[in-house]
Amino acid sequence: MATAHANMLSNGRGMMSDAATGKTSADAAVPASRSAADSLAAAARGERVATETHLALAAEEAAVEIDDFCLWYGASQALYDVSMVIPRGKVTALIGPSGCGKSTLLRSVNRLNDLVEGVRISGDMKLSGASIYDSSIDVIELRKRMGMVFQKPNPFPMSIYENVVYPLRIDGERDRRVLDEVCERSLRGAALWDEAKDRLTTSALGLSGGQQQRLCIARAIAADPEVLLMDEPCSALDPIATGRIEDLIEELKGEYTILIVTHNMQQASRTSDFTAFMYLGSLIEYGGTYEMFSRPHLKATEAYVSGRFG
Amino acid sequence: MSAAASNGGRGRRGNRPSRTIRAYGEPMLWLTGGGLATALLMIVGLLALVVYQGTGTFWPTAVVKYELETGNSVMGEVARQERFQPAASVFEALPEDQRGRALSSVASQGGYSLRRMLRTGNFELTGEHFKWVSDFEIKAETLPDWALVFERRRQGRFYGEPLAFLVGGSAVAETPEDVWKKIRDTEGEVRARWKERRGLETDDIGAVNLRLEEARLRQHGAEVAYGLGSPQAAIAAAAFAEVESVATAEFDGIRARIQALDEQNASFQILVRTAAGQSIKLALADIVRVYPANRLGLAGKVAVYLSRWAEFVSDEPREANSEGGVFPAIFGTVVMTLLMSLLVTPFGVLAALYLREYARGGVVVSTVRIAINNLAGVPSIVFGVFGLGFFCYIIGANVDQLFYASKLPTPTFGTGGILWAALTLALLTLPVVIVATEEALAAVPGSMREGSYACGASKWQTIRRIVLPRAMPGIMTGMILAIARGAGEVAPLMLVGAVKLAPNLPLDSTAPYFHAERSFMHLGFHIYDLGFQSQNSEAAKPMVFTTTLLLIAIIATLNLTAVWLRGRLRRRFMTSQF
Repeated sequence: MATAHANMLSNGRGMMSDAATGKTSADAAVPASRSAADSLAAAARGERVATETHLALAAEEAAVEIDDFCLWYGASQALYDVSMVIPRGKVTALIGPSGCGKSTLLRSVNRLNDLVEGVRISGDMKLSGASIYDSSIDVIELRKRMGMVFQKPNPFPMSIYENVVYPLRIDGERDRRVLDEVCERSLRGAALWDEAKDRLTTSALGLSGGQQQRLCIARAIAADPEVLLMDEPCSALDPIATGRIEDLIEELKGEYTILIVTHNMQQASRTSDFTAFMYLGSLIEYGGTYEMFSRPHLKATEAYVSGRFG
Repeated sequence: MSAAASNGGRGRRGNRPSRTIRAYGEPMLWLTGGGLATALLMIVGLLALVVYQGTGTFWPTAVVKYELETGNSVMGEVARQERFQPAASVFEALPEDQRGRALSSVASQGGYSLRRMLRTGNFELTGEHFKWVSDFEIKAETLPDWALVFERRRQGRFYGEPLAFLVGGSAVAETPEDVWKKIRDTEGEVRARWKERRGLETDDIGAVNLRLEEARLRQHGAEVAYGLGSPQAAIAAAAFAEVESVATAEFDGIRARIQALDEQNASFQILVRTAAGQSIKLALADIVRVYPANRLGLAGKVAVYLSRWAEFVSDEPREANSEGGVFPAIFGTVVMTLLMSLLVTPFGVLAALYLREYARGGVVVSTVRIAINNLAGVPSIVFGVFGLGFFCYIIGANVDQLFYASKLPTPTFGTGGILWAALTLALLTLPVVIVATEEALAAVPGSMREGSYACGASKWQTIRRIVLPRAMPGIMTGMILAIARGAGEVAPLMLVGAVKLAPNLPLDSTAPYFHAERSFMHLGFHIYDLGFQSQNSEAAKPMVFTTTLLLIAIIATLNLTAVWLRGRLRRRFMTSQF
């Protein structure tokens, strides 16, 4: 862990010279501009880093609000005072180098981190204004309001049909008509209906990887969630399957609030409306995707999105 | 290969790097391969011995008649033969005129002689079932054309040549062919009458006895509950007297029918001459099977062979278990094993679920796990002692106090029985199931659990719908191991319910159909009993192998069924992982 920090630190220093030589017009236009080295080095030291949040976000209605959220795995802190607003009906991408806490943040939204032993948190999150971490909250009810898609497709060892209606089954739904309808709607929503409609009763494990991932998306939207969480949904897929998933995200946008973690800059710029850049557990910069990729406020962000580090 | 390797190590021809045997890893190949080969050899050897000995037992062999130098004749089947070195005392026992010839015959074979163990049967005449016959004792050897082998319900086999078939004491057939034909014609009806008689003896008398016993218990219960001399006790006593008088009348009726059947059967007899020249009358009703051993063709031999196997697997034992069938033992083994599996699997799976899914890892859980693993190493007889002490004498005695008080002091559940035996073996095999289930649960990918939790499933829903189905094949593996271990276990069973002879099956047609308190026969215990407790050990020895073969076959069948089930489950869950 210590060496990782040191490496990141030296990366940060490398960019400091960068920032010193070239001052861009974007930097000059933004009053709160700081140099790349400042925020990254501070993050590496474990200090609190103020997030550079673009003004564009102020106009958006919040689906999820995150307030000063910190998280520890045992003794080591993984998230440092993250504050952000996830806009309703939009796609928000979380980017950043490996180990920066993107997935941890995502899994904190539906409290999946509760399952990990020794996790502590501070701060709060709100889903449509109601606290997520309040002690009176029923975690199971909370998770039913969110859908989640994982890095590797994880269909359950049952039929395609049963996979899709699983969230309803665990709610005790028995009405065949309701289940049939949800199954078709979800599979259509996940663009899998045409391929799967003739084999609904066969095992989901017989599908190809891309189909399995779309099946997982169908499962995630079956219960009509408010928020769709996607943890690098395309990292285990080939480019064609990735393209289909990205098209699907485009179609789901508007209907669902989508929070997606990705390692792929192109994917973030193609699919998302807003992008958040994280580094070593801190949220560094957060704004509209176009802004973030073309005129980021911080040198560090520019360096990362242009592939100069990370 | 090894030559090239050793050359390469020294010569370094061309650019090839030096090679040593160690670089090839060849010693390890030989070591591991040798280990496997040795293990296979032992297993295959054991199985081959059991199969060879077990399958040959029922094959009918020729009946040989030896005329001995002493002037006597013996007749029977050769069970086995061996070369031996006769001691001087053997020759001294011979009469003067034979000694010289015997000595020279043995001397010509370098001091050795061949002797065969002859199954002579006719126990009531000779007092022995087997007799050693040495080469030098034999004057002549013949295969009597019409030697018949009689397998009887009592006193073992009888060997003799037929003289006449008697009906009501007078001969109706005098030549061997006619006698044989008569036997074939009549044995069917005689056997049917014998079966009817046995049915009357066991089922009908048993039913009357049961009613009588119930009435007696009611009377006893009333006396215990209300006191001797109370009006209730008097009423019960009157009811019992009534039942008793009815029962006595029924007993008389059944006995009369039995007697009539016996008399009908008793008129059919066969007059047989033994090798020693005695004429003996055998009742046809006493004979299970008879065949002219030396006149059988291949088809006839196969028929006898198959009929013996059929009797073996479907009939009750006779002659202190050394003859007849082992059906009660097969039944007891299977019922006990299935009951044990039904008991151990839910227990083991629940325990493993708690350990793996709910318990927080720590010193306590590790200790529990080590303790469970150690439990697998406890000698099985210890489990037997525990089962006897805890299940039979504590739980069983309390059950008797509560529910079967009127039968006391005769214990019902307070002694060994199939339920206690199954529970004891369930304890014995519990570690196997727990360990296998834990491993199966651990092998369920975390991503599947997370996927289920993310859908809003509770912990139990996730376990029931995702984890358990996925772990099912592994759980079945545990069950298979438990069956294999439990079905072959004998030592604890001797203490908690397996007995030498239990004609009453634990599952039958009288209410309540399943009798959990009954003691039972078990193939493993049967093997021990045949091998070490039998009076007629020579006759029992081949039965040991046959019974072992049967036990192995049953365990294999149970296992294969479970393996097949597991395969079906696997196909359901593992079709393809992209």
